[in-house]
Amino acid sequence: MEFAEKIKHFLDWLLGPVTFFLFSVIGFGAMIAFRGWWTRTPVALSLFGLSVVVFLLSMTDAQFRVIIEKPDNIPIVIMLCSIGFLLWLAFRKMAINDGLIEQGLPTIEARESKKRVMCWPDLIYSEFLIAILVTIALLWWAIEIKAPLEEPANPAVTPNPSKAPWYFLGLQEMLVYYDPWLAGVVFPTLIIGGLQAIPYIDMNTKGNGYFTFKERPFAITVYLFGFIVLWVLLIMLGTFLRGPNWSFFGFFEYWDIHKLTSLNNVNLSEYFWNTWLGMPLPENIFLRELPGFAVVIFYFAALPPILANTVFKRFFIECGFIRYNVMANLFLFMAALPIKMALRWLFNLKYIVGIPEWFFNI
Amino acid sequence: MASTTPPTRTANAQLTRRSFLESVSTGWFIFTAACIAGLSATARFFFPNDLFEPPTRFKIGLPENYAPNSVDENWKAKYRIWVVRDGEKIVILNATCTHLGCTPNWLLTEGKFKCPCHGSGFYRDGINFEGPAPRPLERFKLSLAADGQIEVDKSRKYQKELGQWNDPDSFLKIS
Ligand code: FES
Repeated sequence: MEFAEKIKHFLDWLLGPVTFFLFSVIGFGAMIAFRGWWTRTPVALSLFGLSVVVFLLSMTDAQFRVIIEKPDNIPIVIMLCSIGFLLWLAFRKMAINDGLIEQGLPTIEARESKKRVMCWPDLIYSEFLIAILVTIALLWWAIEIKAPLEEPANPAVTPNPSKAPWYFLGLQEMLVYYDPWLAGVVFPTLIIGGLQAIPYIDMNTKGNGYFTFKERPFAITVYLFGFIVLWVLLIMLGTFLRGPNWSFFGFFEYWDIHKLTSLNNVNLSEYFWNTWLGMPLPENIFLRELPGFAVVIFYFAALPPILANTVFKRFFIECGFIRYNVMANLFLFMAALPIKMALRWLFNLKYIVGIPEWFFNI
Repeated sequence: MASTTPPTRTANAQLTRRSFLESVSTGWFIFTAACIAGLSATARFFFPNDLFEPPTRFKIGLPENYAPNSVDENWKAKYRIWVVRDGEKIVILNATCTHLGCTPNWLLTEGKFKCPCHGSGFYRDGINFEGPAPRPLERFKLSLAADGQIEVDKSRKYQKELGQWNDPDSFLKIS
């Protein structure tokens, strides 16, 4: 019993904001680096078995059960499972295909496309069966688990915590770090526009119709980082780890309204003028925010050329000026979120440029 | 063969050009009228019969009712305000988070307002100190009415970052 409590405490610590994000990123790197190892069926099956065991053991914890069994949260659990499965499937095929390509053999998909499957009965039968199973499952779900309806809306009472629909929890998490005009307007627009821009930016013709990692490492890594870490994991974080007052709570932690987390946030201008230069904030807004503007301008104007001459040299040559700059700026915008999260958690940095007088904060 | 009678449309003898145009324009007229009626019925929905808007000027009782160094939550549900009294003055805080407009909660034991949406925190005087809220809570105008009660005017607000909290209308000195 003692031991179980210790493990729970350890896991709760692991699920704190800094450690959670750090280990997600490390885990993400490991997933890509060791794709040949963990996708092998025995390893993947043991990993799956292990997580089932951990899950079932956790279900003995009352607090964990409360979070998991909320009608709102059940789809999230299902989503996490299916994403895990699909990731495994894709990485498995990537690992195999990369090996085949290296030996100069045709890929799995190239071989499979030579075979033929009859539409009737093979395809229709399985589709029909699956349709029946899904219907049964949905009916059971609808009958068995009650819809989480609440009392009539009251503008004076905001439920604590107040959560967006699950698919927006990533956006809600962004709002903790960026001003509403950025996190609510600019970033969503850039996400949609950026996804649409991918086919025009991507100059790599490889990997069309078959899984491969080695032929498109950059594209796959960046995309999966955005999707898995910055979207799915933020949804998970918002669903399971954000509790009353939008504080962080581990899986096994009681949702205590009075949990005290000190979040005294400091603007970059205050760091710069007060702490480093030891003088009061200048009266003039522009002078006050000069360091912040310098950082932002450096980030978006100076970094792309610097990257073009160093790590992105090959892209720059392949893509040409305009395409490269679109790509680099989208990339930097995406990186801005984890950077700001890290700055907030590690240095309590609130805004890089903070002009509340004009509702302009970055 | 030379003099064949031109084909007559006996079956449609009644449908002259005039009656055709008449029925088309009648139909078109009815269609347009129905559209206009539908649209105006829709527009009507934007003006509800009953509006539950609390008045912007109201009285909230005598200053003595508010204990020193306290946050009063009694008017939150009705008018969405907090009445905050420190040692010598009373201010009215707008119970609307300056981040995205949720209603924060007053946490007595911690002595702070805390927003449930993204975790912004405010001191008792309304100053933001944690979370994403970019500026302090807003204050409303208040004054002493002739009958000695406090009168709040929600149509006038005072924002700290614009230096408006020094305005004598934004607080009430208690002697
Ligand atoms: S609305 Fe209050 S913290 Fe976002």
